[in-house]
Amino acid sequence: MTPILADPMLPRLYRLQRVHQEIPHTFTLELAPEDGEAIPPFHLGQFNMLSVFGVGEIPLSISGNPAKPQHLVHTIRAVGSVSRALQRFKKGEVLGVRGPFGSHWPLEQATGKDLIIAAGGLGLAPLRSVMYQVIAERARYGKVIMLYGTRTPADILYRRELERWRGHLDLEVSVTVDRAPDDWRGSVGVVTRLIARASFDPARAMAFVCGPEIMMRFTASSLTACGVAEDQIYLSLERNMKCALGFCGHCQYREYFVCRDGPIFPYGSIRELLREEEI
Amino acid sequence: MTQTLTPILAAHPFFHGFDARTLDLVAGCARNVQFEREHYLFHEGEAANAFYLIRSGKVALETSAAPHRPVIIETIEPNEVLGWSWLFPPYRWHFTARAIEPVHALLLDGACLRAKGEADHDLGYELVRRAAQILMQRLQATRLQLLDMYYVDTD
Repeated sequence: MTPILADPMLPRLYRLQRVHQEIPHTFTLELAPEDGEAIPPFHLGQFNMLSVFGVGEIPLSISGNPAKPQHLVHTIRAVGSVSRALQRFKKGEVLGVRGPFGSHWPLEQATGKDLIIAAGGLGLAPLRSVMYQVIAERARYGKVIMLYGTRTPADILYRRELERWRGHLDLEVSVTVDRAPDDWRGSVGVVTRLIARASFDPARAMAFVCGPEIMMRFTASSLTACGVAEDQIYLSLERNMKCALGFCGHCQYREYFVCRDGPIFPYGSIRELLREEEI
Repeated sequence: MTQTLTPILAAHPFFHGFDARTLDLVAGCARNVQFEREHYLFHEGEAANAFYLIRSGKVALETSAAPHRPVIIETIEPNEVLGWSWLFPPYRWHFTARAIEPVHALLLDGACLRAKGEADHDLGYELVRRAAQILMQRLQATRLQLLDMYYVDTD
């Protein structure tokens, strides 16, 4: 008998288990299904639609550990009405979740290759899941290089995890900030400066890039200048996803629907679109 | 026995591809230097008589932000070049450079190199061309910094 598939437009109820304050205006929610069942399996880089009843619904990338499926984890910056409402949520309160949706980071294609994971600002959130997976199966990859750029030392997301990853002898983790007070001992400069400093074989490298679009554009450009092939660079786009199923058109990006064809795109397929305004 | 600096120069990206004769010429203007943490390599406004090929460690380029504490504008790290004010009048440093980690570097005497570049225009052209390439890369990076691209309005 064919099972009845759940309606993808119907939110499933989740209860808030924990809140972590990360950096100013940015927090992480750990959610568990109210029915006590497991969270649905997700691919790295996919997103969910989180709804606060009576307020609205927003797309959020999954930033949790795929090996720990007890909780759904999302890191959120409070910038709009829904994200601000989520910031006020207390343990035990209930919200709606649809998903997971969208394409994923093609980590399965990175086997045997050097892997460059480049994040800017809050773009580290969707790549944290990748880091968990890569560390869990470290032997599958060549060099693993994590490059992270953000505004100031106070804006470094997941600082403890970055420090822990940096402690791995088989990971190269570099963090840079745009500006810093004189007691900062780390790097200062944009994230693209880290690419030239990293040691990898561009002929056998794959890169995952996530951050503000302008950061991704220049990072991808720097990677190709170093010799990384365009079809080996993947970016995660963010648009106004509403239905998350490719029906409503709110997230249309020329011939693509970001919710259905993305959010993860090969750089080569969107390189020209990234330079165009207002699409 | 005195060890020549030519192999160290040859290994630094700034001098990749220079022939042995030219490297020997440049090595005549070079010397090894070390700086402890918190040592100042130079201060804003001082005469710019040299540039540095960083071999290890990290240098902060900073400027005074009085009445606040100084602000670090960028860091210069291994295999990178620190300083181009030696190439252009009035030969004064525009920023202050401070070692934030112990630094090993090659110091190249600016006046010495300028004189050799005047005498050998092929060398002079190549030095200016490479310096211009670094200037261009730093300019692009500075433009991105000015964009404040990670900023999200939370108001």
